[in-house]
Amino acid sequence: MTEFTPLAGAAGGLLIGLSAVLLMASLGRIAGISGIVRALFTAEGWRSWQVLFVAGLLIGTLATSLLGGFDAASIAFPGNPVTTVIGGLLVGAGTALGAGCTSGHGICGMARLSPRSIAATLTFMGVALVTVFLIRHVGA
Amino acid sequence: MGRISALLSGLLFGAGLALSGMVNPMKVQNFLDVFGAWDPTLIFVMAAGLAVTFLGYRLVLRRAKPLHAPGFSLPATSGIDARLLGGAVLFGAGWGLTGFCPGPAIASLVFLLWPSVVFVIAMVAGMLLVQRFGRRAGPAADG
Repeated sequence: MTEFTPLAGAAGGLLIGLSAVLLMASLGRIAGISGIVRALFTAEGWRSWQVLFVAGLLIGTLATSLLGGFDAASIAFPGNPVTTVIGGLLVGAGTALGAGCTSGHGICGMARLSPRSIAATLTFMGVALVTVFLIRHVGA
Repeated sequence: MGRISALLSGLLFGAGLALSGMVNPMKVQNFLDVFGAWDPTLIFVMAAGLAVTFLGYRLVLRRAKPLHAPGFSLPATSGIDARLLGGAVLFGAGWGLTGFCPGPAIASLVFLLWPSVVFVIAMVAGMLLVQRFGRRAGPAADG
């Protein structure tokens, strides 16, 4: 069980929204993490703005945790090493094929009312719900 | 200035993921478990994030160009094809299986826990596999 935390959730969502708006206002870019990660693995990747974004992402997470905004001891990982590897491969391949993830399609694309992003978000949400139902209530 | 904005944007994103608890994959998987240990927190994260982005984009995209770049890089919004939906199906299965999507997985690396490291290596491998063997190269930064 994890505790339902709507206020902290909304506050965090607000920060994520501000992040997306700032990136669009300054660099004209979508704050899509899968696209940003993929850009790191291109020829010019290590000289790009994406490196600074990822550095900020890591510092922001660590700082929030150190300041008491997140209890790192609460982290728990579903599954086992095998499902972690399979899941990682699926998420990497799926976001590369579908050109986006929860942030790029779910937040930035949906905020633009993009039919592509709405279709992608409904699809991955639906499949994820079914997957968890199968894991937790049907299978092992 | 553009570089500082990128860093600051990342900082806000990381702080948001941590504050909302989305950096904990169990919390995300519990959101997806509507008929079990349901934790609806992610709805509030999405709703607040979407509201701010929707309003903010309306103001920003009215301008001729961004502050520190020659133009806006906006991915196509139309053209729902098998590649998009197939990718979303694979992504959804992996997200449900692990409770991890790319942002929280990368962010959680700061806690130096093995499952995060294993997941991120596998995720990057999956991305590179598609880049290497995908029939046509996907757009670099749709999402």
